[in-house]
Amino acid sequence: MMALMSIDTALKIGILAPLITAILVPFFAVRINYRDALGPIGGVITFIAALHVAQDVLQGGAPSWTLITISDGLSLTFKVTPLGAVFGLVASGLWILAALYTTGYMRGNHEHHQTRFAICYAVAVHAAMAIAWSGNLMVLFFFYEILTFSTYPLVTHKESQEAIRAGRLYMSILVGTSVVLLLPAIIWVWLSAGTLDFTPGGILSGRLSYEAAPILLALFAFGVGKAALMPIHRWLPAAMVAPTPVSALLHAVAVVKAGVFTILTVVVYIFGFDFLSMSGASVWLAWLAGFTILASSVVAIAKDDLKARLAYSTISQLSYIVLGAALATAAAIEGATLHIVMHASAKITLFFCAGAIYVNAHIKNISELDGLGPRMPLVFIAFFLGALSIIGIPPLGGSWSKFMLMAGAVDAGMPLMLAVLAVSSLLNVYYLLEPVTRGFFKPVNRDIHVSNHTLTILPPVITALISIALFFTVDWLTPFTTLMVTP
Amino acid sequence: MIMTNIPGLIVVVPLLSAVIVALMPSGGVAWVLTLLATIATFALTVINATTGDGATVSYALGGWPPPWGIEFISDGASRLMALIISFLSVASTLYANVLIKKEIHEKDQARVYGAWLLTIGGLLGLVMTGDAFNLFVFLEISSLASVTLVAMGAGVDRRALIAGYNYLVIGAIGATFYVIGVGFCYAVTGTLNMADLAVRLPGATAAPVFVGLAFMVAGIMVKAAAFPVHMWLPAAYGYAPSAVSSLLAAIATKASIYVLARVVFTIFGGLPDVTDLLLNWVILPLSVMAMFAGTILAIYEHDLKKLLAQSSIAQIGYITLAFAIGTTSSISAGFIHMANHAMIKGGLFMAVGALMVTIGKRVTMSSIEGLGRAMPWTCSAMLVCGLSLIGLPLTAGFISKIYLVLATLDAGMNVITGLILLSSALSVLYLWKIVEVMWMRPYKGKALAENILIYGPLWLVAIANIVFGIYAKPIVDLADAAARAITGGAL
Amino acid sequence: MLDLIASHWNYLIVVVLMLIGLYIVMSRQNLVKKLVGLSIFQTALFLFYITLGRIDGGTAPIINPDVDYVYSNPLPHVLILTAIVVGVATTALGLALTLRINDAFGSIEEDEILAAKAEDGLIEEKKS
Repeated sequence: MMALMSIDTALKIGILAPLITAILVPFFAVRINYRDALGPIGGVITFIAALHVAQDVLQGGAPSWTLITISDGLSLTFKVTPLGAVFGLVASGLWILAALYTTGYMRGNHEHHQTRFAICYAVAVHAAMAIAWSGNLMVLFFFYEILTFSTYPLVTHKESQEAIRAGRLYMSILVGTSVVLLLPAIIWVWLSAGTLDFTPGGILSGRLSYEAAPILLALFAFGVGKAALMPIHRWLPAAMVAPTPVSALLHAVAVVKAGVFTILTVVVYIFGFDFLSMSGASVWLAWLAGFTILASSVVAIAKDDLKARLAYSTISQLSYIVLGAALATAAAIEGATLHIVMHASAKITLFFCAGAIYVNAHIKNISELDGLGPRMPLVFIAFFLGALSIIGIPPLGGSWSKFMLMAGAVDAGMPLMLAVLAVSSLLNVYYLLEPVTRGFFKPVNRDIHVSNHTLTILPPVITALISIALFFTVDWLTPFTTLMVTP
Repeated sequence: MIMTNIPGLIVVVPLLSAVIVALMPSGGVAWVLTLLATIATFALTVINATTGDGATVSYALGGWPPPWGIEFISDGASRLMALIISFLSVASTLYANVLIKKEIHEKDQARVYGAWLLTIGGLLGLVMTGDAFNLFVFLEISSLASVTLVAMGAGVDRRALIAGYNYLVIGAIGATFYVIGVGFCYAVTGTLNMADLAVRLPGATAAPVFVGLAFMVAGIMVKAAAFPVHMWLPAAYGYAPSAVSSLLAAIATKASIYVLARVVFTIFGGLPDVTDLLLNWVILPLSVMAMFAGTILAIYEHDLKKLLAQSSIAQIGYITLAFAIGTTSSISAGFIHMANHAMIKGGLFMAVGALMVTIGKRVTMSSIEGLGRAMPWTCSAMLVCGLSLIGLPLTAGFISKIYLVLATLDAGMNVITGLILLSSALSVLYLWKIVEVMWMRPYKGKALAENILIYGPLWLVAIANIVFGIYAKPIVDLADAAARAITGGAL
Repeated sequence: MLDLIASHWNYLIVVVLMLIGLYIVMSRQNLVKKLVGLSIFQTALFLFYITLGRIDGGTAPIINPDVDYVYSNPLPHVLILTAIVVGVATTALGLALTLRINDAFGSIEEDEILAAKAEDGLIEEKKS
């Protein structure tokens, strides 16, 4: 691949470009076409930078950048691990499409405060990139908090009573868990290991007793509220009150992926998954993740609001990744990492479709979708493809990650998890295909006017096609995962 | 000649200027002179902190050698405190111009600036002195001057008079307790010099020493607004003129907590059994109670100035907790938080003052509805200081929190760490209430004009919060030196 | 026990005065009376220091070069001069505040002041 920039520059651009976008947006507040072009342009630049960085990581490099030393032992260092390279690609790549979709949605819905929205969106992506490429736990924590605070205005965008209440729940759960659980966990690591740097193989083996390991892991698992492990999951459905572009990028891709990314990073680069599997410290987490997978799927079935159903599906899918991390075998970790990519593209498709249905037909509930399929064929087909990826059926990308997770479960000696994954797939079939079957196989039961905002329909089609492409191009991703699990 | 006399000049400049300023004919001229005096003092404290090799410098007042003469000590701790006090006094003076003009009668303005400088000079003398009785003198200079300042709020709200009166009476009792304590120490050692006391107290008769420590600490705790003798603070800061609240909130209680540290670690440094008893069984539990009482009362408070005052109680609890744990790293964390909280609370009070003067009535939860859109510059600066208060990473407040937590964990006190983090998480509640009301509610008043002379200094302090959150090394180093100076018996 | 009291009678007086002063501050509603109590409290402090300085068989600490006297300690006297000044300033400030409170609230009894309705503080137009 042609090198457009040096690796060091790419690293800096990848982190700073979204921030610069955020700073430039207010200056274009009146010329809305320019303002709305800034997002996709920033996304393209960031994605190209992420590609450069990823290529360097594949060749064995570990690009790093120390911005400033805050004090002794505390420095703002960025360093790209293979896992970070993958997450960076996901966040920046999907930002391009989300920015385009946002324009279509916000204009189609005549939303107010579009400038403030665009600024906070870009800042949130910046925080996600910084999390992806953080070099140590402290930097990760910094930007984790910044991500929480920068997404608050997005969650409460509508400023209705419901939005304000959702915002309160969002902040209290995420800030509460991060201050009371995550921060002590990080400091515990510092005091035990003397460092917070992400190191292949982990830094805790030999420095943490087998009795203490499950407790520290629990502090991380519940402290990272963004991973939506039960019972810390309540903020996710509440945050669905935000406009769909927020749900799509942030709560299907950036915010929640930052959460599971943190857990995976902690498992692979702080604990070291060998240490975890030997000490058995994560077995309880595997069970909790399994429970979350099934419980949230059951709740999803009961939901009629499309976004609420997708929210609980997200909670379930996130626990797939947590399960992979908890199983702590090479195949499971690889599967979890792959699932970050597969789920991101599939879920963003589903949310894009939900938003498209809302903007074009003003429908929120699944029971009202009857017969809409032929009127919005592209959207429903995209939804169908996204759902297949989540269910895990070839030729959609999600089948690979599910397969590897199953292999990982066997390797870890927990074959019961195979049953969990299988049952979950069945439940997915039921609650994710229901909208599609209603749309195509039920007669129309109401009079609906359907408009046609291209920018809300094109992105989900593209991401659905990406989900298919990922099935065939998974070989581009496996080198990263192999790098993660080989010492 | 100036160089050798700097420790003395740091105190003399504001005190002398106070007299000159008070005689000025108009408030504007008085303000300019005050600003010059504070800037000069700040320059002096910077020179004091940066020259020399970090060793302790003793400065004998009037040439009389200690321990018979009174001496000023320039060691790591007093250098840091002098820096904090003078920096915040410059920022507050910059900000005070417009607000004093709006809240105080023209005929009184010059004398208010005189009292302003007296307070600053008194506090600087407090931190520089090395003599226990001289400390009382400066303590009273600054207290009486600040009572005057608080009571001047009567031009706006007559309840300031009562607040001032209570502050006076309670403060005088506290100071007198302190002097009783000094009397006991003097009775058994025959000296008033801090370094000399440190040497002689361990050998002296036990009971008076114990009682002396108890009285001194009790008196200081009243001045420092430590729980449960903090009752004067919410009303005093709540009804004082806005400029005065921001000055006092930033520096006045900090100086008293510094005195507490001096007393416990320097004067009584040779009696660890006695001081440990005091720290672990009295100050530690009271600090924890302060942390929660202050935070919870702030959550239920409607008047914003009083809310900030309650929050100060909690923050003072963090600092006294850090000192109570008693290890060098926790004392250093205490100093870090003193410096950072001065910036945070100074900024927040400045912001509330700006709001009050612009909307023309007391700032309460109902009167700030939608102000985030009507006064964006002021409210966003307030948001920055507020985020620093709750400890968002990359702000000064996060630095103090992290050092405090590290120090507590280092000392093996896991439960206390949990309590610190819990109360810190609770403080998000009252900040977020303010954020919600300011930005999530519609604004129903008339158009408001923001005055750059007011929000300029405010943004200076807000930016300082971010700068010192990212580049924390100077403050951390100074705090480490201060902790070593105050415990190492390096007087 | 009686011996202890007899030999330390001066300190006992100090303690009693201090407690009287504190009691007056806390129990009296009248603002001026509170200040009186504060004064008594501070006076007790002064007596404490001065009585500390008294040496048995000592005389006034003014040096007479001809005779070899035992002198009482002059330092506490000096300290208390300072403290008296502080006490005077405190009392003066307190009384000034009491006057202003009387003007503003029409009373110097604490319970009446608390009962007086505190209006929402409005900033009046200042004449420059």
